[in-house]
Amino acid sequence: MDTTMTAPRVTYLNHEHTLASWLLTKDHKRIGILYMLVVTFAFFLGGIFASMIRLELATPAGDLVSADTYNKMFTMHGVAMVFFVLIPAVPAILGNFILPLTLGAKDVAFPKLNLLSWYIFVIGFLFTIYAMVSGGVDTGWTFYTPYSSRASNTNVMMTGLGVFITGFSSILTGLNFMVTIHRMRAPGLTWFRLPLFVWAVYATSLVQILGTPVIAITVLALAIERFLHFGIFDAALGGDPVLFQHMFWFYSHPAVYIMILPPMGAISEVIATFSRKSIFGYSFVAFSSLAIAIFGFLVWAHHLFVAGISVYSALVFSFLTYAVAIPSAVKTFNWAATMYRGAIWLKAPMIWAIAFLGLFLVGGLTGLFTAALGVDVHIHDTYFVVAHFHFIMVGGAIMGYFAGLHYWWPKITGRMYSDIWAKVAAIIVFAGFNLTFGPQFILGYLGMPRRYHVYPEEFQVLNVLSSAGASILGVGYLLIAIYLVASLFKGEIAGDNPWHATGLEWTTQSPPLPHNFETQPVVTEDAYEYSKREIKVV
Amino acid sequence: MSDALAAHAGAHGAHAHHPDLQHHFDTLEQQHEAATLGMWLFLITEVLFFGGLFLAYMLYRIWYPQAWAEASLELDIVLGAVNTAVLIGSSLTMALAVRAAQTGQQRATVVWILLTMALGLTFLVIKYFEYAEKFEHHHVPGPTFHFEGPNAGPAQIYFSLYFLMTGLHATHMLIGFGIMAVIAWMAHKKRFTPEWYTPVEVSGLYWHFVDIVWIFLFPLLYLADRAHHFA
Repeated sequence: MDTTMTAPRVTYLNHEHTLASWLLTKDHKRIGILYMLVVTFAFFLGGIFASMIRLELATPAGDLVSADTYNKMFTMHGVAMVFFVLIPAVPAILGNFILPLTLGAKDVAFPKLNLLSWYIFVIGFLFTIYAMVSGGVDTGWTFYTPYSSRASNTNVMMTGLGVFITGFSSILTGLNFMVTIHRMRAPGLTWFRLPLFVWAVYATSLVQILGTPVIAITVLALAIERFLHFGIFDAALGGDPVLFQHMFWFYSHPAVYIMILPPMGAISEVIATFSRKSIFGYSFVAFSSLAIAIFGFLVWAHHLFVAGISVYSALVFSFLTYAVAIPSAVKTFNWAATMYRGAIWLKAPMIWAIAFLGLFLVGGLTGLFTAALGVDVHIHDTYFVVAHFHFIMVGGAIMGYFAGLHYWWPKITGRMYSDIWAKVAAIIVFAGFNLTFGPQFILGYLGMPRRYHVYPEEFQVLNVLSSAGASILGVGYLLIAIYLVASLFKGEIAGDNPWHATGLEWTTQSPPLPHNFETQPVVTEDAYEYSKREIKVV
Repeated sequence: MSDALAAHAGAHGAHAHHPDLQHHFDTLEQQHEAATLGMWLFLITEVLFFGGLFLAYMLYRIWYPQAWAEASLELDIVLGAVNTAVLIGSSLTMALAVRAAQTGQQRATVVWILLTMALGLTFLVIKYFEYAEKFEHHHVPGPTFHFEGPNAGPAQIYFSLYFLMTGLHATHMLIGFGIMAVIAWMAHKKRFTPEWYTPVEVSGLYWHFVDIVWIFLFPLLYLADRAHHFA
């Protein structure tokens, strides 16, 4: 690294200093940072609830918290992590910051709407936090009726409102990005020259636009049923609680793709950059994002295999669930093929990306177990399912988020973090993660159900291993926070393009100018043209 | 793409910026296209928002056709039909407002928007009387709900959906009022020109969508089984 580099004089960070210049900013980069602050807080909040769960499960008896409190812990863990971390993490933080830069645009299409989305997000979060501190909620993050409509006497209304409000933030962000990608591309930046991160964000926006309104109306109907005693899902009137499950999962399964598609996009960038190669099968990777978004809407009832749905529809949904695995596999194979015979440069983002590949592979393959009708009856609502979706959500989405964050951190802050510590953290998180969730596959297969605070003694060894893994995982996450914050003060000056990467975001200074580029960039080549570049790997 | 490049050079070159061109767009045309695309995408989310309730309606109507027929007869078909006509009329006045803005007739734009608001208000007043009648007859779901015969349970689901669907529709109309009040004020201040009338156009799209929702609600809720009733 060239040590003589100096920091740019005017950047989006230092051109205005007041609090108001942050809270009223219409700059997509600052809004990305605002999201990062809230999401990081939510991540720690959800992490605290997770620690309580793992502490309780260290012993077979219910000796730390009562059954009721335990119900609240896993519910609030799920609500915080799903709605306030996983869904906004990559689109709202990295998407906001990076997307207009990769397009060569000055901003997103609707900057005021973008700021409004953040405020809606924060208001929804405040409602949810209020629900948490004023007695909590115990229905599970899935809010199944009739738990949520009649049985629970906890703060379902406030939590539901929080989720409802936050949904609009997600919808408006998706809308904003979609219009931005359609209308704000730089001259010469045709669809098939777009970085794959943009394709992933586009596919995600599609899911946000089509799916989120359905959860909004579902939660609204639930709230009105609970508050005004209407009957939409009320079996006492002849209503159908399973209808709630259908409507809930019509959003909440595709929501999994809101969480995983953008990290997949980030992974495509990182793997191409650090393999110094064009991505293998660009158009396949691009279209697999769209395929995942579209097929993702046709699989929701695989959450209902034991809810009494017809055998024939179960067969169809099982088949479609297998089908949605294909585009995910296409991506995984193409990433591996990109690395094959590449000049692999093992910097920290690449280590995170490789960790992602390993964990996502396990998460994806165990998804096929749960998609199989017969096997699902055995593992439904057990720790096998818990382990499976944590491999996707944490092993996939969160690892992908960190890969992207480490990749773009020099662009966002203008500083380099400690590469060594970042690698150490990646390895600690990878090891801790496997130790936490690996044993849960076995526990689930042996029949330990989820959502109980006590369990038979023969499950203790595996549960202790899992809890030990969770504490290692926690150390790993804290480590990231420490060296990233330290880099802000002591990090080396990064320069415009520390990874010698392609992509328009690397052609401007780090941190970027308030309006991104000095002159309008013009694109004349495809994405990832590393073969045309000198390899300047240090 | 070379067009976009040329247009960009033009926007920053000899020609002065249009006062309504935001800094992050190159041309008014690009800005206009972005706004209309954004509104169409928003309307797609609205379709799915209402869609959840239409799904519930479909399921329960298939399950409980008899209850649906009985409960539907409790609605006042005359008021419903009048309201349908009122709302279609308001779509016409809205379309004329957009046309007036497009052709630069400032005063006509204001008048047509105010007329649209008046028709919308008429709709809501009629809706108010319909709701009041439901309260009188204990057809509002909840502990006080009362419905004669063996179908009281499913009938309560029907009325739950009736209030949710029409209530959500009415909420959208109220939001439309707010939007149109702003647009009327802007038109009054002569903000719109044939080059730039994007807010009028996207508000028009929104208002037409609200009308179309009602075009579906009216037959589904009011006409569920009228044919048998009149036969």
